[in-house]
Amino acid sequence: MRFAVVQFGGSNCDLDAAHVLSHICGVDTDLRWYKEGLGRDYDAVVIPGGFSYGDYLRAGAIAARTPIMEEIIRHAKGGGLVLGICNGAQIAAESGLVPGTFTINAYPKFLCRPTHLRVENNETPFTSLYREGEVIRLPIAHKEGRYMADAAVLAALNRERRVIFRFSDPEGRVTEEVNHNGSTENITGVLGEGRNFLAMMPHPERASEKVLGSEDGKKIFLSMIRYIEATG
Amino acid sequence: MRMNFDIEVRITLKPGILDPEGRAIQHALADLGFPTSRLSTARIFSISMEAGDRTEAEEKARQMCERLLANPVIHRYEVEVRE
Repeated sequence: MRFAVVQFGGSNCDLDAAHVLSHICGVDTDLRWYKEGLGRDYDAVVIPGGFSYGDYLRAGAIAARTPIMEEIIRHAKGGGLVLGICNGAQIAAESGLVPGTFTINAYPKFLCRPTHLRVENNETPFTSLYREGEVIRLPIAHKEGRYMADAAVLAALNRERRVIFRFSDPEGRVTEEVNHNGSTENITGVLGEGRNFLAMMPHPERASEKVLGSEDGKKIFLSMIRYIEATG
Repeated sequence: MRMNFDIEVRITLKPGILDPEGRAIQHALADLGFPTSRLSTARIFSISMEAGDRTEAEEKARQMCERLLANPVIHRYEVEVRE
């Protein structure tokens, strides 16, 4: 089993993601510079957080149109797992891998804080180790993370149970007070159509070790590993 | 014959889409003594390129908007072509 973590110019959570995968989860992981492409088949690809291309035009817009993204789209169409975190989620939305968009926060400043999330669906390759409705604690760090989609897309996402995480309070109540960035329906994690692509704004790689205050994020990576073992 | 065209692309938010940047600027203007009833932001791209005719230039600019410059979820765009 082998994971790839993609590095764009301006990625800055690439080493954290690779550290968690290789040292905490014990899975072989390669860092792949975007200009060199994936170079081989991988079981899973992680698009990490950061500020690819300086967030010029729109966050993720330019990285979404690089040749390595065509490889990642092929990988996803072939059933391979892809996890887009923060800037990776913005890139995923810009490339059409998940519907909707992550745009400038309702209160337009950079938010860096721990948040509570309710796990809305645990029957996915990314969340099988959580309980449904479980409340987990992961940090956010973004200025363009407000999820937006039109009514038809939202209806489809809800119907198909492709909303994976919503901002909630510690008791799991989804309210406007805890909707940190003003996302539609508090949504901050959505699955692509093939259900093998998760785009999420919070950072699981920053909450995968007790010493960092929460290890709730680790189960996302472990769920992916379990899924690959079960299907491989 | 290929001709040079100057193109202006204007990207705005669709009606009803929250414009947090516009709102922040509006508040700052109010603090400076300039109350406004509406303020929205837009983005303008000034482009020069060659094309066979005006229609081709406009079509190319529209494709630029569809494929990169605008995000169809939140934006609309206008293209103005000048020879």
